[in-house]
Amino acid sequence: MTLPAQALPLSSPAPGPAADEGLARRLRALACTAPLHDLDVRKANLAGEYGGYAMAEVALAAIDLVTLNMDFDTGADHEQIVARLLPRVAAQAPDRPAAEHERVARWVLENLINVGSVDRGFRAIYGTFGPDGVYVRRDYDFKLIEEVPGYGGAVYLRTTDEAVNVLVGALDTDVTSAQIAAEVKLEVLISRGRLADAQLAAEQARYRTVQYAETLRRTLDATRRNVRAVDWLQAVPDMIAEALDHVADRYRHENAILTNIRKARDEADAVLDSKTAENKRRAAELVDIVKDCIRRHTQLQSRLLDAGPLFRAEQDRQAFAAPAPRSGIDLYGQLVAPVLPLPVEQARRVTDAFFAAGTGLRTPVSVRVADLVEILLTPPVEREHLGVEMPEPDLIATPDDSRFSEEQLARAMELLDLPHDAPRRLSGLLAQARRADPDLPYLVALLAVHAASPAVGTAYRQGEERLLFAVDDGTELDDPEFGGADLIVGTALLDAAGMAAARSEAS
Amino acid sequence: MSDHHAEHPAWSERHPAWSEADTPSAPVAPAPGGTVTPADAADAARLVAFGLQPKLLPARDAEYAELLRRYREDPAFGRLADAVATGLGLVVLEVSARAGMAVAADEDSVFAVRMGDYARRTAADSADRFLHGLAHLAVAALAFPRPEDLADDGYIGRITVNGVDAFVRQTCRRLEERAEELGENTDPASDAPGLEAAWRVYARRSSTGATKDARRLAGSTTGIVGKAAAFLTDSGFLQRTGDDSGGTYRTTPRYQLQVRDMAGSSAMAELLELGVVPVSDGSATLLPPPEGDDLELAADAGLPFHA
Repeated sequence: MTLPAQALPLSSPAPGPAADEGLARRLRALACTAPLHDLDVRKANLAGEYGGYAMAEVALAAIDLVTLNMDFDTGADHEQIVARLLPRVAAQAPDRPAAEHERVARWVLENLINVGSVDRGFRAIYGTFGPDGVYVRRDYDFKLIEEVPGYGGAVYLRTTDEAVNVLVGALDTDVTSAQIAAEVKLEVLISRGRLADAQLAAEQARYRTVQYAETLRRTLDATRRNVRAVDWLQAVPDMIAEALDHVADRYRHENAILTNIRKARDEADAVLDSKTAENKRRAAELVDIVKDCIRRHTQLQSRLLDAGPLFRAEQDRQAFAAPAPRSGIDLYGQLVAPVLPLPVEQARRVTDAFFAAGTGLRTPVSVRVADLVEILLTPPVEREHLGVEMPEPDLIATPDDSRFSEEQLARAMELLDLPHDAPRRLSGLLAQARRADPDLPYLVALLAVHAASPAVGTAYRQGEERLLFAVDDGTELDDPEFGGADLIVGTALLDAAGMAAARSEAS
Repeated sequence: MSDHHAEHPAWSERHPAWSEADTPSAPVAPAPGGTVTPADAADAARLVAFGLQPKLLPARDAEYAELLRRYREDPAFGRLADAVATGLGLVVLEVSARAGMAVAADEDSVFAVRMGDYARRTAADSADRFLHGLAHLAVAALAFPRPEDLADDGYIGRITVNGVDAFVRQTCRRLEERAEELGENTDPASDAPGLEAAWRVYARRSSTGATKDARRLAGSTTGIVGKAAAFLTDSGFLQRTGDDSGGTYRTTPRYQLQVRDMAGSSAMAELLELGVVPVSDGSATLLPPPEGDDLELAADAGLPFHA
């Protein structure tokens, strides 16, 4: 028995350079992490007990150290990096001798440089479909840490762009966060120039649509005036067919863009730094453009479909109508065109004559004296450029159904306005509140529970200096009305100036 | 509507004020033997009065429709109505169900529109006077682009304010280009402003301008054309159909009559007097531009035609 699946030709996974570009990019990025995993695999081969060391961790720490320690013209000093790695290595296996720690550190660093290979680098192989649909294997050569010559023949270490991008930049992310994923998606679209490309394409298509619409409108206007003035045999049908193709094509494209970008725009919703905000803004802009494009395409399409009937109607009216019994004046050819080149003094006589005979008539207004007084005293009508007067809103006073009054809130806040170095137990606060007002403990308890999960992010963004917090240390609350944990309520001082500096740095 | 006598009382009931105020007795057919009664005169005057309300449609007013019918069917009544109109300084262009009692004001009639009343600035400024006149001419030229359109009673023209402005502007630009090709210096002598070419006056004037209350700048060319269109609408010559492109309008049968029988010939006569004899073979001279011609257009203007 043959499997039917084998008889079927395999469907190739969307070949083409466009689809493969992103794949190749990610394969290259993935390759950069391979040497790190390799370290943990190969540590078993080392002579000795190295199983306790997390080599990938050491390697990433090494790359971070090199990255942070290299300045612009030289790089990081080899020995210095080893020295700085030692505490981490030692912490992983505190009972091992220091010599072994140093050996591990050197081993990791040398492996990152890949001193064993000729060109001191790594190679990964990946495959792509070429433009002609042929699968091509490609070598990807990269380095993570490279050695560069410094002053006086000394050798320094530098992390390569690959290492910085992948191991410092790209991996530094919360992989489970959907929001970050959305931002990355958007970022990727933008960084690969896709968003800009899409925007450019959409804008160009819109421009083209406007051009088609304008040409069509001119043609139809001309047709309405004189059907013979327009080439309805060749030029116009061609133009209409071309424009319809254009509309169909763009409509498909733009709906695809809209679906994708809208998702990206809506998912990347928390604007934490200006870069995200910028991306979000661009995505929103693109959505607007694409929406406008689709609207215009639809409009153009309906006009295109109307063009044929209009032509036939005009042809009926103009070409097949019985010739008029009298001939009219060619107003343009016999009046407008000859008048315009004349000196204005003479031209005016012609236009005056036309005006006098062509404006129609006005019945003269005759006013009685009795009415005149009233007319003259009537105040002029105010020009209504402000629109219709707003109707007075019918406001209904909503009953004040707050559980606590403003006064109670003020008192509770006063009670909770604790010095930052003297936190208090919730039980004590409740007892004090109860003495003042039997209702107040409820509010205090609410505020305290709320403080158990303080809005640190908000306080950070708003640059607040104090923040109420509550911590549960396991003590049970002994209170006649409330149960649960006897929280420790205190005030934390926030470094408002530092936060502001951090914010401006981030943006 | 077959029996006038039988139906008339019903109207008097419907319009008691009219029959009492305007006509001493109910209108009746002229007495046998061709004698005209005061009642006939009143009816004839009433028909002319209807004609003086150009926006009133016969189809909307039973009395108007009936008087029109009587005009056509009763030659004596028709002559009477014509005489009333002439006495008032009016010219009867057509009396029909579609146009109603289409009358135009004679040159010296009290009903005639004077340029000074139309736009105050025109009294002092001859350029403004020309522009207002040209606006009316251009509106007519675009409303009836082919001679056949002017002749065809069933034709309804459509114009937009921006379209008219763009059209005139483009014609002016073409004249400017032609002058440049010929190496002419079209700048007028400063002591003879009247000798400035007419197209330059239009081209110099701004097409539009910002105003404090977002209305059209009255002195701009779109303002002038817009005023013409609005005025013609009040005259019952145009009907406003929309706000696109500065306002869209369509023509009424009355406008066609007025342009064909009054304004066109009047302006032609003046032109001939100036020694300019435009020759026409009866075909339209308004044609679309050759391919690849894209002069800049005013927004939403459309129709870049060539002479």
